Amino acid sequence: MLVFDLALKSLRNRAFSTSLTVGSIALSVALLIGVENVRVGMRESFSNTISQTDLIVGAKGGTIQLLLYSVFGMGSPTNNLTWDTYREWAEHPAVEWTIPYGLGDSHRGFRVIGTNEDFYRHYRYRGGQAIALAEGRPGSGVFDVTLGADVASELGYGLGDEVAVTHGIGEVGFLNHDQMPFTVVGILDKTFTPVDRAVYVTLEGIEAIHFGWEDGAPPMPGEEQTREAVLAMGEIEITQVTSFFVGATNRRDVLRLQREVNDYEGEPMMAVIPGLALNEMWQGIGYAETGLRVVTIFVVLVGLLGMLVSLYTSLNERRREMAILRAVGAGPNRIVSLLVLESVCLAAAGAIGGLALVYVLLSAGQPIVEAQVGLFIPIRPPGSIELLFLGAVVTAGFLMGFVPALKAYRTALHDGLAVRV
Amino acid sequence: MSLAIDIRRLRFRYGGGPWVLDIPELTLERGERAFLFGPSGSGKTTLLGVLAGVLEANEGEVTVLGEDLASLSSAQRDAFRAQHIGYVFQMFNLIPYLSVLDNIALPARMDPARRARLDGAGVKETAALLADHLQIGDLLKKPVTELSVGQQQRVAACRALIGAPELIVADEPTSSLDFDRREAFLELLFQECERAGATLVFVSHDRTLEGMFSRRISLPDVNKAVL
Ligand SMILES: Nc1ncnc2c1ncn2[C@@H]1O[C@H](COP(=O)(O)OP(=O)(O)O)[C@@H](O)[C@H]1O
Ligand SMILES: [Mg+2]
Repeated sequence: MLVFDLALKSLRNRAFSTSLTVGSIALSVALLIGVENVRVGMRESFSNTISQTDLIVGAKGGTIQLLLYSVFGMGSPTNNLTWDTYREWAEHPAVEWTIPYGLGDSHRGFRVIGTNEDFYRHYRYRGGQAIALAEGRPGSGVFDVTLGADVASELGYGLGDEVAVTHGIGEVGFLNHDQMPFTVVGILDKTFTPVDRAVYVTLEGIEAIHFGWEDGAPPMPGEEQTREAVLAMGEIEITQVTSFFVGATNRRDVLRLQREVNDYEGEPMMAVIPGLALNEMWQGIGYAETGLRVVTIFVVLVGLLGMLVSLYTSLNERRREMAILRAVGAGPNRIVSLLVLESVCLAAAGAIGGLALVYVLLSAGQPIVEAQVGLFIPIRPPGSIELLFLGAVVTAGFLMGFVPALKAYRTALHDGLAVRV
Repeated sequence: MSLAIDIRRLRFRYGGGPWVLDIPELTLERGERAFLFGPSGSGKTTLLGVLAGVLEANEGEVTVLGEDLASLSSAQRDAFRAQHIGYVFQMFNLIPYLSVLDNIALPARMDPARRARLDGAGVKETAALLADHLQIGDLLKKPVTELSVGQQQRVAACRALIGAPELIVADEPTSSLDFDRREAFLELLFQECERAGATLVFVSHDRTLEGMFSRRISLPDVNKAVL
């Protein structure tokens, strides 16, 4: 108790160097825990984006690429599938349901997804939650649009607003289909997944905005379609989809179904199992993660070494103090425990400060990261990983404390009661 | 009357250096006030270190308050010092991050036996009483860095005296004080030693004070290692 009291008072007496030391340990610990949080949050956020979908089917290409553009709204699709092919698979006996996606357009930086009522009926995320509407109804008409929660809040759209859809994907499409504004009919509930950052139209709507683009070039001036003209055309024929999600009638059929899709001779296409494709993606970035973790661990070590240096260099000016403690009956073991305790206190304060800093940064950064990257990093009470890190930092502080402590011990033995300064 | 200090054929040196102490015999009765003098470098501080059990004699017997120090382990010597000895340095006696009160209370908090000898009074009360006796009662709450040298030495004396140790060892405690303050300090120290029945070993190289002591020891005379 006495030694603890002495350690605290001595640290407080050296407030400046103590706070510098604690601050640098806290920063390094915050980095370590923060990186871990983001890593775990990222993985969870990714795997929470889609659930209960057995296969994702698209044109032949990279599996991760298919996953990224279909589920996470990243990257761009290369090829489409024909509508007839899609229908063929949708009616396959092993297929219970499908969700068709028509991709490739955007609205002010948000992805436009052409789909149908199957999306509202079958799409599942985070442990089987279904898509729900905050207001309005699912889009069903050619010029109906339903907005993800973030799209509505960030662009300030409400029901009845008119929205232009851009061909191509980019912050600002240089060609606007202004002639054919869409009308907001529904706004989705927040899901904390990329669904929040997408704009949903019908597959007919996607066809409509591409009228006149059949050759890949914009329609000639004067030849643009207008909303009225399109509506007057009656039923619009859907010609293609980019990818579709599949729910199998029976889980056991998934692998066989996947093989069948991959071997399909009608056109080059492939099916991926979302969980496996995600794992493949994590494996790809696993090295980077390990590297990052090693770097952050070294940063923590550097922080602790700073503490060691600060304690060690303070010893010379503390020789007097050690002699006094010896004179009033402190044995060398007390001197050692005083310094080890100071080191432990510094490390513990740094660790706790670092943890607190992580929460401050997370709560401040969460909306920003969500807006910029579309990742939702959950804020949770410290878990076993955090406690493990904190324990490791305090243990390291304890062990490192013996370096200055043993030095002080030897000096105290040698000095006796006569400090020759 | 039993002896406070009984030294026989003591030899001491630092590491492998030259002999610093070589004392065939030196004794001191309990309750005495001894004045130990000698020029700088004659081994006064070293001898106090041996008596306090911080330094270990290479040869010979050192018996302090009836305890043969050589028979004690170093941890036991630390405990013995905490319990029975009050020590005052020449200067820089105080731990800078503790208040005056905490500095005085230090030995009582360090050692249960010393705390037990407070006669039932609390550590704080005893410290305050001693501070009053040494006329620094109004300084208890001050940070030690704001004290004058004279005030610091009185705080150090209070710390040495708390819990009534049998032996007070003071290593040139007055050498940094003005001349007229030295006598006043000594008077107070004597008075408190008397009250506690403590033996006092007072070290100085300045012989103007020796008249106030019951026993005078010239270290160069008893220490054969001084050439
Ligand atoms: N810690 C030490 N290590 C080595 N030599 C020391 C140490 N302390 C004192 N000495 C030497 O021991 C001798 C006696 O010193 P000291 O006991 O301090 O004398 P005094 O207190 O009478 O001035 C001196 O020669 C000094 O250099
Ligand atoms: Mg000396």
